Amino acid sequence: MIDFVVLVLLTIITASTPLVFAAIGEIVVEKAGVLNLGVEGMMIVGAIGAFAVAVTTGDATLAILAGALSGLVLAFIFGFLTLYLLSNQVATGLALTLFGIGFSALLGNGFVGQTYGGLPHLDIPILSDLPIVGQLIFGQDILVYLSVVSAIGVTWFLGRTRWGLAVRAVGENHDAAHSIGFSVALIRMGAVLFGGAMAGLGGAYLSLAHTPLWVENMTAGRGWIALALVVFASWKPWRAFFGAYLFGGITIIQLHAQGFGLDVPSQILSMLPYLATIVVLVLISRDDSRLRLSAPACLGRSFHASG
Amino acid sequence: MLIRLEPRAEASRAMVYQSPLIAVVLTLIAGMIMFRIMGTDPLQAVHAFFIEPISTLDGVAELLVKATPLILIGVGLSLGFQANIWNIGAEGQLTLGAIFGGVVALAFFDVESVFLLPAMLIAGIIGGMLWAAVPAFLKARYNTNEILTSLMLVYVSFLLLSFLITGPLRDPDGFNFPESRLFHDSAVLPIILEGTRLHIGFLVALLFAVLAWLMIVKHIIGFQIKVIGMAPAAASFAGFKEKKLIWLTLLISGGAAGLAGAIEVSGPIGQVIPVVSPGYGFTAIIVAFLGRLNPVGVILAGILMALTYLGGDSAQITMNLPNAVTGVFQGMLLFFLLASDVLIRYRIRLGALRVREVTPRQEGVT
Repeated sequence: MIDFVVLVLLTIITASTPLVFAAIGEIVVEKAGVLNLGVEGMMIVGAIGAFAVAVTTGDATLAILAGALSGLVLAFIFGFLTLYLLSNQVATGLALTLFGIGFSALLGNGFVGQTYGGLPHLDIPILSDLPIVGQLIFGQDILVYLSVVSAIGVTWFLGRTRWGLAVRAVGENHDAAHSIGFSVALIRMGAVLFGGAMAGLGGAYLSLAHTPLWVENMTAGRGWIALALVVFASWKPWRAFFGAYLFGGITIIQLHAQGFGLDVPSQILSMLPYLATIVVLVLISRDDSRLRLSAPACLGRSFHASG
Repeated sequence: MLIRLEPRAEASRAMVYQSPLIAVVLTLIAGMIMFRIMGTDPLQAVHAFFIEPISTLDGVAELLVKATPLILIGVGLSLGFQANIWNIGAEGQLTLGAIFGGVVALAFFDVESVFLLPAMLIAGIIGGMLWAAVPAFLKARYNTNEILTSLMLVYVSFLLLSFLITGPLRDPDGFNFPESRLFHDSAVLPIILEGTRLHIGFLVALLFAVLAWLMIVKHIIGFQIKVIGMAPAAASFAGFKEKKLIWLTLLISGGAAGLAGAIEVSGPIGQVIPVVSPGYGFTAIIVAFLGRLNPVGVILAGILMALTYLGGDSAQITMNLPNAVTGVFQGMLLFFLLASDVLIRYRIRLGALRVREVTPRQEGVT
């Protein structure tokens, strides 16, 4: 029984980590007042970027960096279009997702069917061999630890640093931020690039650790679920972290359904994360005033300083 | 800065129509660079992609077959997009339309009646509308973001189809393959061009585009849709019912996508299969933008985007290029279109800013 619980907890961590990366990254983007709906596209390109490098070089660190860089490059296209050419953020985000899915399929064409051994896990003598907590806390791979660090780091950055304040200022009132001398476009670009790198890491985790394979469309809507998580978390990183674990828990029900003694078709169980996302969104958006209080005031609005 | 954007006093009408042309040219150039990087002869690849597929009558017919769902869905979506209502889940509504249409065809498998096809198409419309009613209800009632809810339902619809096709709808004599029985002749759309696959659904799509155009141009609803998109506050002062328009635009676009799904299974496919669409519901988003959210423009854009599907297949066969090139072309086209659209509201100025041009006014644009 204990073994089963540990197994379930391990799969929850695996299912949640990509969501943590993508949601935390998108929180920074939206805090800066930019709505990037292209998370799914950045994740899938991150997944193939990381997997391609992992298979060709065999170097896990390089692969992780490649994943982040792939997401970042895609985010740059989005940032350039929305911040400098002032294109509609909703439409551009959708374009990013459509392009990302097509582009990743093209890049991944030669990698279908190849395998990768998975990321190395932490192995501390004694600690990693402890019952239960050994595997759960001291035996994860680097990206799981990085996801925790990023949640804490972003909370600290947004709340406690001068640049975090600048990001929030640009997101709450870009006219005021501009008038006191902040470069709205540059700060937003920084946030967009960070969000892209994080989505890329989320994708990298999918193809390096979650299912160390390349499959077209393997993100399967996780980018969109991450977007919903941002709203669910009221733009607070630590709430997004726990939200991601909640969703990770729902996602793995189908994997362990037989262990739980459930006899429901697998397709019906696979619907759960998507249906849960809808339910959660309804619960959150019913409370209109709270949503309006926590959402960045300039979210989704373009800024052009004439001069 | 040497290159800068200067707001136009008035949005340029001419650029609205020139920008798609600029985008197509830029996409072609970028595509040729991409082919070069992939190690193929760019001119030969472009020929295989864009010319070869439509060099025969059969090819042209196939182009219109693929354009049919794109036009239907693109027209439907463009109504909502004008009102800033973003139905992103057309692929799911299409899937539901295919399921509903397919269930009718299989339920009356042995019935030979002229009413069977209309019943299938109506069932498809109802299926699409039901699926779009969920985001409509949630947005109208709880102000829930329709982008995310409609998109989540796409994944649910895929799983629903997968469940049905491996269970209740599976061909009893099909050796456990996840496919339904082939529809009888009375459940298959009539062909309008002998010897090709071009079916009557294309005319249905054209008719729908004309009706939508009339509604936008002539009917008060069309006016309300445009006002609510451009000036929501003005719309609410004028007493336009926003909730009614949320329901209306989502039901129309959902119904159109459902119809497209029913047409796909009763036309080119002829049975229910696990994947009924190569992403028509998502590509139609690009079609709607490329067609300038105008039904007539959507017809042209739908035909152009259909060519990218044919081109992908053709390039795969003749030049051994991966089929995924299609998706890349579609994504690039939307990128370049959105980038060119900046010229509608701004003009590009070279050289440094002169002092007298400085105005304290700021252009907040959404």
